[in-house]
This record gives sequence, structure tokens and C-alpha cells, in this order.
Amino acid sequence: MSTDVPVAVQPVPRGGLGRMVGRRVVDWLPALVVFVGLVALWQGLIVWLHVQQFLLPKPTSIATTFWTDKSELWHAGWYTFQEALGGFALGSGFAILVALVLARWRPLATALLPYAVAANAIPIIAFAPITNQWFGGGLTKSSKIAIAAVLCFFPVLVNTLRGLTSVRPQDLELMRSYAAGNVEIFRRVRIPTALPFIFAGLKVATVLAMIGAVVGEYFGGALNAIGVLILSRSRVFQFNEAWAGVLVVCLFGLALYIAVALIERLALRWVPSTSE
Amino acid sequence: MSVVEISRVSKQFGQTTALQGIDLEIGEREFVSLIGPSGCGKSTLLRIIGDLIEPSSGTVVVNGKSARQARNDRDYGIVFQDPVLYDWRTVAKNVALPLEMARWSRQKRNERVRRMLELVELQGFENHRPWQLSGGMQQRVSIARALSFDPALLLMDEPFGALDEMTRERLNIELLKIWEASGSTIVFVTHSITEAVFLSTRVVVMSPRPGQISELIPVDLPQPRTAATREAPSFFELVTHVREALHLGHDLDRAAPVTQEAKA
Repeated sequence: MSTDVPVAVQPVPRGGLGRMVGRRVVDWLPALVVFVGLVALWQGLIVWLHVQQFLLPKPTSIATTFWTDKSELWHAGWYTFQEALGGFALGSGFAILVALVLARWRPLATALLPYAVAANAIPIIAFAPITNQWFGGGLTKSSKIAIAAVLCFFPVLVNTLRGLTSVRPQDLELMRSYAAGNVEIFRRVRIPTALPFIFAGLKVATVLAMIGAVVGEYFGGALNAIGVLILSRSRVFQFNEAWAGVLVVCLFGLALYIAVALIERLALRWVPSTSE
Repeated sequence: MSVVEISRVSKQFGQTTALQGIDLEIGEREFVSLIGPSGCGKSTLLRIIGDLIEPSSGTVVVNGKSARQARNDRDYGIVFQDPVLYDWRTVAKNVALPLEMARWSRQKRNERVRRMLELVELQGFENHRPWQLSGGMQQRVSIARALSFDPALLLMDEPFGALDEMTRERLNIELLKIWEASGSTIVFVTHSITEAVFLSTRVVVMSPRPGQISELIPVDLPQPRTAATREAPSFFELVTHVREALHLGHDLDRAAPVTQEAKA
């Protein structure tokens, strides 16, 4: 292409958070239509086929219960969300630190990474009853935080390490020409290169954190936790309440995911694909 | 004083001899092109001058000190075939990168970046991202970055190799202006005979297997060079001279048939 007149090939991205959200809404309109359609189908099938309530309640009755019990559900959800958030922060933070160490001392990574990958294949949820015992007998928040943290650890570790080590050779050659030290190479090249990878890991971790906390509660937790609420209501056949609880879990999990995705959008505005 | 002194430099990559017995001296304010077919070691030689690759034997002196010391002192700027700009930095911040690393004050940095972008005619693009620019503009940012800290020596590894002919010719003229203005010494690796003759004060013709210097050709075309230079009879004579030197270097190697790449 000609560069005779210096004309930018693409415009500078502009517009703040508001405009970004506005554009998102338009993007999500088709998905929203599908959602409404599916819920309507769900409702319709139950009414037409006379599905028993314990098999699947009507969306409208779930919504009604959700509304009448909103205070209790909200508090229970918030309680569990705190556990999930704690585990997310702890597990992801530690994972990023470990990844930095492993990327800096590569032989260490070669020695340890196979075990990390193998450990990742272990269904950590299976340890939930045991960790509940480790951390104060299961009624505490810390046992759920631990499960959530362990669940978050591996995807963030693997993604971060991948990002830190997928620097282009020519980027490093340029740094070498400036006689840059290791710290400077990490700060100026490796970490910026890794950021998109780290966010990909974090987004996976948000969902896992919520799952870890709720499943941990299934094996015993505080009475005002959403996992305990879902379990106890379904035991006494209060399926509307149990489903409303699941809905709350979904909403909190989604909120955490969206929060991380928004931070990603703001932090990575320089990535061509996120700015378009 | 010469800026680069290379004596008896050889480089082995495993069984392959990439460079053998290279002697070359480059004086202040020279514009020296290294030209030769693929595999003649011209890029390797450039990287040895920049201490990005260590020679297997021989010595390299840059600015009167070892190549290692010169790199540590940031005595040279380098431009690669790929612009190597960091997407997470704006154009201005990419140019400022070496200045940040040399701990210049913000005010000095901004002032210098402004001047460098003026030099490569990219005013107004300070806040663009590299991927928003065309290939030629990206390479100009890369040149601005390499020159931003006033290095005595500029190493360029096929900087215009990925650009179309028109852009390349225009950037050649711009580069000569920058060379004039900055007073630096340039070592320039290229595949293009016309580019080498047009830009250089001296052309170093190299031949492959093992990589060595087959001829040094002084280019005495008048300065400053313009579009008219390309049409002068003396320009064609020099181009022919370089082309013949390239073919001679190739013919010495009986194992390899003469290929198109030597003419490219």
C-alpha cells in the first residue's frame, strides 16, 4: 500500500466504557432473543406436557419464588460469592506469581510443569469433603475459599506461563540490543505479551471459583450459604426455591465473569481484536 | 577513527561455516551495504557487530571498544526487517522505549520523540497503535526509535525488504536524508543490488558456503543522491559491477548452480 500521504490505515479507537457497553448490547441482541425464546419454550412445554414440578418447575414459578425470597437468596448468594471471590483472588494471584517464577527459571518449569498438568487432570472437587475437614470443620468460609483457590490456580498458571513464554524472538532481540536485564524484559515485553493469556485464564477461573464454592458447600457449610440453601430446599422438595438458588449462583458467577471481561477490555484496548 | 573494525571473524553453526575470515573496517559517516545471496551470512555478520551473536573466532571492535561493551553502552541502534514494534505501546511510546530504558526525563523524552517523528514525517501519529499504520510507516517508526538516542552506529537488517518497490525507493531517499542529518554511520544488509548502490558509500559483496567477502566496491556517486541518481550512467555501471561480483562469488562455488536469488 502507498504511504505517500501519511494516512492511518485504521482510526484510533475511542469512546469510553459507556459506548463500549452500548455496542455490546447491540451485539448481544440475538443472544437475548434466543434466551427469551428458550424460556418461553420451557414454560410452554411444561404447561402442555404437564411436567411434574419436581422434575422441572415452570420458569414463572421460579421467577415468583426468586422475587418473594429475594432478600434471603441475595444474602446467601452474596455469602458464597465472597468465598468464590476470595478463592479466585488467592488462587489466581498465587498462580500468576508461580508462573512468573517458572518463566524466569525455565529449568524449574520443565521439572514442575508435568506435575502441574497432571494435577490439573485431578478432579479437585473430589477433595471437597476432605478440605472441608482441613479448614475448620466445613462450616467456615476458608474451606470453600481453599477449594475455589485450587480450582482457579491451574488454568491461570498454565495460561500465564504460556503467555510469558510466547514472546516473539525478535522482541527479545530488540531488548538484547538495548542490553536489557531480565527484570526489564519481563516488565516491558513478557508481561504485556502475557496479559491477553492471563485474562483468558482469569475468565475460566471466575466460573470455576463459583463452582468450587457452591460444591464445597454441598459437603457442609454455613446455613446462610447458597449451596447449603439449594441442598436443603431440594431435600424437602421445595424445587422452586432450589431452582431460584441455582439462578442466584448463575447470576453471581456471570457477574464475576463480566467484571473480569470488562477489566480485560479496558486493560487490553491495545490488542487489535478487542479494539475493533 | 573507524567505527567498526572486524578482524578474522568466523562463525560456525554446528557443522556449517556461516562466516569465514571476515576482515572489514568501517569509517565514521560511512554508509556500508552488505549484499549477497541467501546464506552468505550477511545478517549474521550484522548481528555479530551488534553482539547479538558471538563470533566463533576473531575480534570485533565498535567505537573503540569490544562489541559487548558497545552494546552495553547502547552505542548502536538497530532496525530489523520486521519493524518489531510493541502493540501495547503507542507510536510515540515505541520511539521513547530506548530513552525510557536510558532513564531520560519525561520532558527530554517527549521533546526527542517529537523531533524524531518529525524526522521520519510521522507527526500526528503519536497516539496511534503500530497496527494502525501501514508497513512503510511502521518501518519509519522503527527507524525513529533506532535513532532516538543518537547512536553513533545504525545497524539495518533488510529494513525495506518486506515493502513494495515504490515505498522502498521513497524510504531510501528518506533514509539518506536522515543519514545526512544525523551524522551516523550505517551498516545496511540488503538483497537488492540497486538499493545497495543507491544508498551506499561502499558495497560489501559477500558469497556463501562459507560466507566470505568477495569484493569491496566503493560507490563514488555524488551526494546528495536523488531520484535522478538512479538514471545516471555511472549508477548503471556500478549496478553491473556489483551484479558481476555477485555472480563471480557464486560461480566459485561449483557445488551450487547459479540461481535467480543471486540476481534478485
